[in-house]
Amino acid sequence: MLHRLRQWFDPETVREVGTTPDYRFSLANERTFLAWIRTALALIAGGLAAGQFLPPLPARYAREGIAVVLLLLGAVVAVRAVSHYNRSERAMRLNEDLPASPFPALLATLIGLGTLILIVTLLVPLGSGG
Amino acid sequence: MSRDPGLQPERTVLAWRRTALTVTVIAVLAARLALVLDTVRIVVIVLSVAGWLAVVATVHRRTATMARTPAEPGRVVPALALVTLGYAVIGLLVLATSFP
Repeated sequence: MLHRLRQWFDPETVREVGTTPDYRFSLANERTFLAWIRTALALIAGGLAAGQFLPPLPARYAREGIAVVLLLLGAVVAVRAVSHYNRSERAMRLNEDLPASPFPALLATLIGLGTLILIVTLLVPLGSGG
Repeated sequence: MSRDPGLQPERTVLAWRRTALTVTVIAVLAARLALVLDTVRIVVIVLSVAGWLAVVATVHRRTATMARTPAEPGRVVPALALVTLGYAVIGLLVLATSFP
């Protein structure tokens, strides 16, 4: 646990194993990390925007709820981006397969479900003549 | 900076700059949220600007190391993730303190 934490914040520990791969692979890994960070930032932007641009919703605290969920999701994506970057770097150094991860599918499912819930809550008042 | 057919170092530096631009938007949104909800305004503005400055410094640092050791980004990777996490925490803090 402590070693894993150290690996996160001291990238030199990743370089203790295996051999250095072609630097272009490391740079591709770094750009993937940056793309995940931008994904996290987009989720956080959504949360910050929901908190200030949405009008108060009929359901109590629905606006704050949407904002908090988006902010928490962004936080999780940011933390996982570091761990995935380190695991990928380690796998490349040891000439192993890149780590398989259920995370992208999980995130897509969550966002899809959230969107469906929002669509339903938008359409239900229309159907009941509201 | 070494040249290779894929222009990998350039693409990576551009990815860092793109990310810094996104952080700029986030810093403004975080500060505005605190102003609109009228809570912990000074704290949030100071933290937002500090986070933005940290990211600008990080991108600058990465651009410099790219010329010498392209494969060793070093601590800039966890540093950027920490700042990102920080903005999520700022948002949660503002929402929490805005409750009556």
